Amino acid sequence: MPAVAETIETVQAAQEGGYKWGFETDIEMEFAPKGLNEDIVRFISAKKGEPQWLLDWRLKAFAMWKKMEEPDWAAVNYPRIDYQDLYYYAAPVKKVGPKSLDEVDPELLRTYAKLGIPLKEQAILAGVEGAGDSPSDSGRMPVAVDAVFDSVSVATTFRGELAKKGIIFCSISEAVHDHPELVRQYLGSVVPQGDNFFACLNSAVFTDGSFVYIPKGVRCPMELSTYFRINAKSTGQFERTLIIADEGSHVSYLEGCTAPQRDENQLHAAVVELVAMDDATIKYSTVQNWYPGDAEGKGGIFNFVTKRGACRGARSKISWTQVETGSAVTWKYPSCILQGDDSVGEFYSVAITNNFQQADTGTKMFHIGRNTKSTIVSKGISAGRGQNTYRGLVKIGAKAHGARNFTQCDSLLIGDQCGAHTVPYIENRCATAKVEHEATTSRIAEDQLFYCRARGLNEEEAVGLIVNGFCREVLKELPMEFAVEAQKLLAISLEGSVG
Amino acid sequence: MLRIEGLTAEVEGKQILRGIDLELPQGEVHAIMGPNGSGKSTLSYVLSGREGYEITGGSVTFNGQDLLAMEPEERAASGVFLAFQYPVELPGVGNANFLRTALNAQKRARGEKEVDAMAFLKLAREKLKALQMSDEMLKRNVNVGFSGGEKKRNEVLQMALLNPSLAILDETDSGLDIDALRIVSDGVNALRGPDFSALVITHYQRLLTYIVPDRVHVLMGGRIVRSGGKELALELEAQGYGASAA
Ligand SMILES: Nc1ncnc2c1ncn2[C@@H]1O[C@H](COP(=O)(O)OP(=O)(O)OP(=O)(O)O)[C@@H](O)[C@H]1O
Ligand SMILES: [Mg+2]
Repeated sequence: MPAVAETIETVQAAQEGGYKWGFETDIEMEFAPKGLNEDIVRFISAKKGEPQWLLDWRLKAFAMWKKMEEPDWAAVNYPRIDYQDLYYYAAPVKKVGPKSLDEVDPELLRTYAKLGIPLKEQAILAGVEGAGDSPSDSGRMPVAVDAVFDSVSVATTFRGELAKKGIIFCSISEAVHDHPELVRQYLGSVVPQGDNFFACLNSAVFTDGSFVYIPKGVRCPMELSTYFRINAKSTGQFERTLIIADEGSHVSYLEGCTAPQRDENQLHAAVVELVAMDDATIKYSTVQNWYPGDAEGKGGIFNFVTKRGACRGARSKISWTQVETGSAVTWKYPSCILQGDDSVGEFYSVAITNNFQQADTGTKMFHIGRNTKSTIVSKGISAGRGQNTYRGLVKIGAKAHGARNFTQCDSLLIGDQCGAHTVPYIENRCATAKVEHEATTSRIAEDQLFYCRARGLNEEEAVGLIVNGFCREVLKELPMEFAVEAQKLLAISLEGSVG
Repeated sequence: MLRIEGLTAEVEGKQILRGIDLELPQGEVHAIMGPNGSGKSTLSYVLSGREGYEITGGSVTFNGQDLLAMEPEERAASGVFLAFQYPVELPGVGNANFLRTALNAQKRARGEKEVDAMAFLKLAREKLKALQMSDEMLKRNVNVGFSGGEKKRNEVLQMALLNPSLAILDETDSGLDIDALRIVSDGVNALRGPDFSALVITHYQRLLTYIVPDRVHVLMGGRIVRSGGKELALELEAQGYGASAA
């Protein structure tokens, strides 16, 4: 368990130079001081008891980041982020484990319940004694969950069950200790430290995240999922996720995100790296519901995320599904590098912007191997004064003979103050490749609304139903357990957008 | 009882309904016939509350309530059902989901208990069977890719499930084959009773041999120009609307 209560003395002892880390520790949280410098990077690394190679890796990233400029090409506007005015490390202090759910902070449970985490897993995540000993007995498919609260992973469930199959599912900090060879081999192998401004920042200061390794030929028997939560004030969240699917393996992974309501903007800059070997399949689903800010555009999360998967092996497949309903600003392009011959990349996305939300999201598909295939289905919904941009790149290399891409971008507008934009780039250097692109922009038709209302649905229910229908092709890609939750989320995010 | 008095309405500044008077007592079925463009669908939209139809005069009460003051969904919850002349497609929305959402929305508005998925499926299968429709219909998206006749049957399925007290059927018979016409008529007749009334809009006397109306009205130029018993339909079929216009 990584979230260990520590006294100032122990931390100081861990610091060779004996830095004076003035802790701001209240009952629940402990923080590193605000601001970012080399000492903070060293502090985070020391706090996690990391080996030298990883500290060096972080320092190298930090040195690169200092020379980088924040990108400004995305169609989003936001006030300048003061990187020196943020906390880069915040951890909940572990108390003695509660005996039952009654003793758990009800706010935390409400968070889990809202995310649709079944009670059993809620108990495990909340650290209820004995709750993790037996697999879910409700008869339904269990879901293994890793929860990252601010900077650290607080619990991972069903670890024993998974270990029997040789599956490793733990926080990345634990993986650094327990499986250093895997982490060292793959960390940064898909998203290098200097890839972009935000990924570089993450490389320097990432605090936790999930690690998954599926051994050869193993089909992961349950959904793996991580819940990310930003809780502390003025705290950046920089999690790092690494998933490796060895030859012939299969895994489905889901991440959910929430953050409390605050007037200030909070920064989230995550990196996710996926590696699929020969015949391996990784399905990665996201339900992103970070706090979007209020109806006047105050507060909300700045979500700058780099997600990339490498289909290294032949016939490997990586499928991204995302439902983006939250965040004030979203900047996110889950991508696939299709190196292996006959490998497949998929991107299914729903992005909703309401009120003053802005989303610039899409994907990049790099076709390198022969007969590589990619499918992109993007559904953007704009309401209120929301701005929604699909930005995509399909790049086909000279040797990607027989490569195929199909892209479909549909935008739905609700009201007349919002905007939808489509920016598809295609670079094709191979004559035998085929690229297809379809795009539509529509409004919710008056006759559809009236038809629903004449059957008894009120205007909001009608819009919810029509929007869910519009997103069907994407929602059906989500694991069953979460599809229902996502549907509800869509309806909730559009509240107040009509009438 | 549905009571329409001196109802006038315009669409996009153009007057369509020019003073409609009509009384439909509870338990009765009345037919409305009339030439293309005479305002039949307009009347059905005005009764169910579609936006864009401006009421310029008159009143409509249904069981004593001022229907025109209500939102479309409130009218639906209080028992008004419109079978659309042109049913609307809802891409990506499953028919079963749509029907259950609608049924439960109405129940909620009336303070009744909602039906769960299992109970709904049982109910839906019953109604499907009575209408000789296959269960497949429930899985498909609302009206998407339905043939003209399938759309009309789907309207009648919705009516059977929602069990309204006032049904307005706008040319539900158009596009139906001979067998479907009988099946759909049986579906309407099954609802007939002291608490059910219907306005059946049609161009064809044939429907009225299956759904026998208590009264027949002729709507022309936005007014009811003639009313009579069921034999009026036969006369219209033989002579056309020319005589009514005089
Ligand atoms: N949205 C609209 N804009 C302009 N004119 C309209 C609109 N809706 C209806 N109208 C006009 O109102 C008149 C009545 O139309 P309505 O659809 O009520 O006729 P109807 O009696 O149902 O005809 P049909 O038998 O062909 O179905 C027509 O002249 C039609 O063109
Ligand atoms: Mg009509």
